[in-house]
Amino acid sequence: MADPISYNREEKGAQPPNLFPPYVSSIKRAPQQRLLLVPQTLSEVTGPVYGHSKVLPDDSDLTRQHQGAPLGERIIVSGRVLDENGRPVPHTLVEIWQANAAGRYIHHGDQHPAPLDPNFTGAGRMLTDAEGGYKFVTVKPGAYPWRNHPNAWRPAHIHFSLFGPSFLTRLVTQMYFPGDPLIPHDPIYNAVPDKKAAARMISRFNFDTTMPEWALGFQFDIVLRGRNATPMEQ
Amino acid sequence: MSFGQTPSQTVGPFFHFALPYNGDEVLVTDRTLGERITIEGTVLDGESEPIPDALIEIWQANAAGRYDHPDDQQDKPLDPAFHGFGRCPTDKSGRFHFHTIRPGPVPGPGNTLQAPHINVTVFARGVLKQLVTRIYFEDEEKNADDPILGLVVEPERRATLIAKKKSGDKNVYVMDIHLQGTGETVFFDV
Repeated sequence: MADPISYNREEKGAQPPNLFPPYVSSIKRAPQQRLLLVPQTLSEVTGPVYGHSKVLPDDSDLTRQHQGAPLGERIIVSGRVLDENGRPVPHTLVEIWQANAAGRYIHHGDQHPAPLDPNFTGAGRMLTDAEGGYKFVTVKPGAYPWRNHPNAWRPAHIHFSLFGPSFLTRLVTQMYFPGDPLIPHDPIYNAVPDKKAAARMISRFNFDTTMPEWALGFQFDIVLRGRNATPMEQ
Repeated sequence: MSFGQTPSQTVGPFFHFALPYNGDEVLVTDRTLGERITIEGTVLDGESEPIPDALIEIWQANAAGRYDHPDDQQDKPLDPAFHGFGRCPTDKSGRFHFHTIRPGPVPGPGNTLQAPHINVTVFARGVLKQLVTRIYFEDEEKNADDPILGLVVEPERRATLIAKKKSGDKNVYVMDIHLQGTGETVFFDV
């Protein structure tokens, strides 16, 4: 069997290092040995085609998962999932999770004394369409404090998890909101060395996806690793 | 137009209500072909403290050595009762487990053959970008010729990629994952 067509490696500066001391949790959890550069084999260029049977239509509307409507500013988060060559990534699973409008996660480990909302769980999932498009309806998450350093606050964010077509395209990231004054102070955001690359994580307010008298639209396009144009000699 | 990669960010501590679904750690049904195995292990930090908020994902070939993926065009059978993906959050003691089958060998670079292995991704609070490693099996002769294991020169480092058979427990393999320090697992730049 011929060697598989490989994927581009990590874009320099666009991905955070394992160790970023201002993010204190990375200090004891970052490997100290250099990562071992390995060839991309069939094991890496394949990957899970996951979740198709488990995704329900209502899973993408986080405001309709309970009897009542959740409190907070209703928003529409939409965008496209593309690869580095600009090609859409169709039919791939997108999972999101977030705090409620008060900045509290439903998670048992979240002890922030902000109210839970009985009408909001904060988890959603859907598959991208044939053009790589996705759309979630939710509420804008609140900022919340954490104990990384004195008076530390996470900027409002939505967690995203994506698979793409291979083991190599797997991505877990966070989407931020434009104009958030906490972003420049956030060590997780700042762990991305290239500031232009980091800014790709900030969504864009979009009048075109804003629904009149209903919800503000934020656009967040996601770019996964793409395939090399030509097969690479190994 | 810019098509630069979207940066990775940590999965954080609060993913449990969204990502893991019950049964995601069980890859097999009654009809799955192949030898049943259990993989279990603990995820540990640089002070050998267990990590209770990690998420482990695995990806593997079926018993015949074929991946359930369109880019695997080998002339080997697919198993409709096996898809090869599993996901398990660590518990309070940092432990995870998977019920799966022993994968068959798959091709490597050039004309090499890779020893049976399971591909592993580690997410956790404090981990800004997923860590990638593999699980090989200690009772596998093909390990000696595996092109990826062969890249790890030091025997003690190589051993971090090889699951040990649990004594007295047939078909249970133990694979601890040390993110840092003593016994640090070999992680890959893929």
